Amino acid sequence: MTTLTTVTVVGASLAGLHAARGLRSLGYDGRLVVVGEERHRPYDRPPLSKEFLTGDCDPGEGPGRLALTDPEEEAELDAEWLLGVPAEALDTAAGEIRLAGGRALRTDGVVIATGATPRTLPLPRLDGVHTLRTLDDATRLRAALRADAARVVVIGAGFIGAEVASSCAALGLDVTVVEAAPLPLVPQLGEEMARVCAGLHARGGATLLCGTGVEGWRGSGRVTGVELTDGRVLPADVVVVGVGVRPVTGWLEGSGLALDDGVRCDAGCVTALPNVVAVGDVARLAQPGTARTVRAEHWTSGMLQGAVAARNLLAGSTVEPFEALPYFWSDQYGARIQYAGRRAPGDTVRILEGDPADGGGFLAVYERGGISTAALGVDRPRPFMRLRRELARAPQPAGR
Amino acid sequence: MIPVCRIENLPEGESMRVEAGDATATIAVFHTDGAFYAIDDTCSHQDASLSEGWLEGCYVECPLHAALFDLRSGEPTCLPARKPVRTHAVTVVDGMLYVHPAVRTVPGEPVHAAPEEAVA
Ligand SMILES: Cc1cc2nc3c(=O)[nH]c(=O)nc-3n(C[C@H](O)[C@H](O)[C@H](O)COP(=O)(O)OP(=O)(O)OC[C@H]3O[C@@H](n4cnc5c(N)ncnc54)[C@H](O)[C@@H]3O)c2cc1C
Ligand code: FES
Repeated sequence: MTTLTTVTVVGASLAGLHAARGLRSLGYDGRLVVVGEERHRPYDRPPLSKEFLTGDCDPGEGPGRLALTDPEEEAELDAEWLLGVPAEALDTAAGEIRLAGGRALRTDGVVIATGATPRTLPLPRLDGVHTLRTLDDATRLRAALRADAARVVVIGAGFIGAEVASSCAALGLDVTVVEAAPLPLVPQLGEEMARVCAGLHARGGATLLCGTGVEGWRGSGRVTGVELTDGRVLPADVVVVGVGVRPVTGWLEGSGLALDDGVRCDAGCVTALPNVVAVGDVARLAQPGTARTVRAEHWTSGMLQGAVAARNLLAGSTVEPFEALPYFWSDQYGARIQYAGRRAPGDTVRILEGDPADGGGFLAVYERGGISTAALGVDRPRPFMRLRRELARAPQPAGR
Repeated sequence: MIPVCRIENLPEGESMRVEAGDATATIAVFHTDGAFYAIDDTCSHQDASLSEGWLEGCYVECPLHAALFDLRSGEPTCLPARKPVRTHAVTVVDGMLYVHPAVRTVPGEPVHAAPEEAVA
C-alpha cells in the first residue's frame, strides 16, 4: 500500500463526486482536487431530459435543484474545485495532469471520471440542431422548445431520445422520432419487449419512424427540416440528435493507459497503474470469469463505482471488485421503465404481472435455461424491486 | 388527524398512501416490525413514492435508486438520499389507524398494532 498525498479527480459529475465522497469517507485526509470542464458544480443529469424540459419553474442559472452537493457537504469534502477548466493530458511518468491554459497539477493518485459525450451526425452544424448531455445543453434546448417551436424531430429512439420526445409531447409539440434500426432498443431489451416500449411513442402522441436514416438538414443557418434516406422530408423547428454517446478519453491519448471505447481497467476500476482508477461512463471494466469487458452508461453504476474505486485506490490494488447488477430506469410518456440484470440474445421473456398488450404496467423476467437473467418493469416498482434483489443474489448462467 | 384504515386492513409488511389534504404532502403509512409508521411518501432524493418501496425491519428502500430510510426518524442511511423525510405521528383508536400530519414522531416510541398500546 502506497500513501497518497494528492488525489485528483478529473470530471466533476456523478461518478467523480462519489469517488471523492468515497475517499473522504474511507479516511483519506490528503489533498483532494476536483477538475471539471463545466463551470457548474456536480449536478444530476437524468432530470435534464425529463422534468427539466417540461417543468414550468424558471430553472435559473446554476444547477439549483439538480445540484448533487450542498455547501455543507462541500465544506466536509474539503476539496479544491477547479471548474471550467478541462484537463488536457495525463503524464503518468511525471505524475502530472496538464490543464487547459498551461497549468500543470502534480498528483500521485488519479480518478478518471470524464464521462461521455454525445455522438453527432456527420452533417454541418445548423442553429436549431441540439444534443443533450449537459445542463447548458438542456437550458438551450428548453429555451428553444419554448420559443416558437411547433415541430420537433428527434433523431434516435434510445432512452434519451425517447425521453426527450416524451417531454416535447408533454409540452404539446408535434414530435417525430426517427430511428435507423427496424425497431429501437432491441440490443437492450430484446425484440419482444423493445416492441412494447416502442408502442409508448404512439400512445404518448409522438410518431415513430423506424428503418430510415438521416440524409441531411434542410435550411441555411437555421434548420427547417430533416431529409431522410428514404426520400421523405420532415419539417422541423427544433431537431434533437440522440444517437448515443462515446466515452471522453481524448485527453488520455499518449498517457500509456489502455483506451478501447473507454479506459480499460480491472474489475475494481483500477487501470494498469495502481494509482489511476476510472469510474462511471468512461470506465471499461473487466468482467471476472469472462474475456469480456463492460462499460455501463447508467446512473447507478456511476454512483457505486466511485465508492469501489476509492477503496481500491487507497488500498493500492483491487481489494473489492465492482459487482453490482446493472440497473437503469427511464421515464417516458408517463410510464416508468426499470430494468436490471444482463439479458443476452435468445433469452426468453415471461410476463409475471400485468399485460404488456393492454397498455398498463407489467413485470417481465428474462430467462435462460430456467435461470432468471434480467427483469423489466413498467410501473411496477415494488415487485420489480423484489425481482431485482432476487437477481442480485441468484447465480447467473455461466459466462455472464 | 386523518383516518387511514382499520388496522386489520393494513397487514404486517404492507403500506398505504394517504393524501394529507392540500398544504401537506402525501403520506406513506407502513406496518412493519410489529408497529405502524408514517413518513412523507415522496423520497427526499427525487420523485419516487416510498409507499412502493421495499420494507425491511424499520427501514424502507426507495424503489427508484435504493436509498434506505429509517422509518423511526425519517433519516436516510445511505446515498443517494441526503435529506430526511418528515415523520408523522400515528395512533390507533378502537382498531382504527390515524395519522397526524406534521406531528413529529418521538423516535423510540413506535405505535404497535395492539390497541391497548395505542397512544393518543
Ligand atoms: C439527459 C440524460 C438523462 C439520463 N437519464 C438517465 C436515467 O433515466 N437513468 C439512468 O440510469 N441513467 C441516465 N442517464 C445517464 C447518467 O446520467 C450517466 O450514466 C451519468 O451521468 C454518468 O456519470 P459520470 O460522472 O460517469 O459522467 P458524466 O455525468 O458525463 O460526467 C463527466 C464530467 O466530466 C467532465 N469532463 C469531461 N472531459 C473532461 C476533461 N478533459 N477535464 C475535466 N472534466 C471533463 C464533463 O464536463 C462532465 O461534467 C442520463 C444521462 C443524460 C445525459
Ligand atoms: S428517488 Fe429515492 S433514492 Fe432516488
